[in-house]
Amino acid sequence: MKTGQLKIKGYCSISNNRVILNDTLLMEDPGSDFSTFLKLAYKKMVTNYPKFFKMDDLSKLGFLAADILLKPMIRDSEMSKNIALVFSNSASSLQTDRKHQESITDRENYFPSPAVFVYTLPNICLGEISIKHRLYSENSFFIFNHFNVAYLHDYAMGLITTEKADEVLCGWVNCDTDDYEAFLYLVSTEGNIEHHKEEIIKLYTTK
Amino acid sequence: MSDLKQELKEKIITQLNLEDIAIEEIADNDPLFGDGLGLDSIDALELIVMLDKDYGIKLTDPKEGKKIFESIEVMAKYIAEHRTK
Repeated sequence: MKTGQLKIKGYCSISNNRVILNDTLLMEDPGSDFSTFLKLAYKKMVTNYPKFFKMDDLSKLGFLAADILLKPMIRDSEMSKNIALVFSNSASSLQTDRKHQESITDRENYFPSPAVFVYTLPNICLGEISIKHRLYSENSFFIFNHFNVAYLHDYAMGLITTEKADEVLCGWVNCDTDDYEAFLYLVSTEGNIEHHKEEIIKLYTTK
Repeated sequence: MSDLKQELKEKIITQLNLEDIAIEEIADNDPLFGDGLGLDSIDALELIVMLDKDYGIKLTDPKEGKKIFESIEVMAKYIAEHRTK
């Protein structure tokens, strides 16, 4: 069992048409709608992953935030790939669920799309991130009414102290039509920010 | 037949969200799966739905798709012979 104070190694937020990485504003585009903004962010962040365009909006949002946060760390070091993923939101995959429902309501015109159906679970977003970064670690996606810092804090701490994971990518990735928000942070044994509930709330609310 | 091939290329790009690929980049004999366009198993299912919805062709055995979706050329020939709409 690992003991000692855990840290937050970095964080990324995407909301209000802004992308922020560790206090630095990487891009903003106030005028565009959510889908256009995601596409712009994909290009601006040099994501270079054509499968991105096949994802639903929730997966695109979580994938981008995770990629922006993890990419420099994985490139710069012999970083362990034992990074667990613990995500949460309130809307689950509702936006895609509705899209699927629309395609199956008319019995005379019944053509459900397999490419839509595969995203009718929020944890598919975790699969997309795991495929890109070759993570074989534990992952969970929880549904809460609001950003539940206490639960995420304790869950991440449990994973690291019991050595189920070396690091945990945690946070909130939520979207429903044009209302969207991603806030991810990496819990580690290294970093400059204390892994305290108050610090996490501070990062989440001041993003 | 060339109109159908053009139509198929447009549909494949739009319906399979191949954002970075232009119609001119798809040659009639390019393989659609594997090293060609790099389509995957979900795309194959999507193409089966497209055959049904747009051309009235129902594939009862998904394995049939492996031959039919070999290339735009093969696909267009199959659709021209079997379409009901």
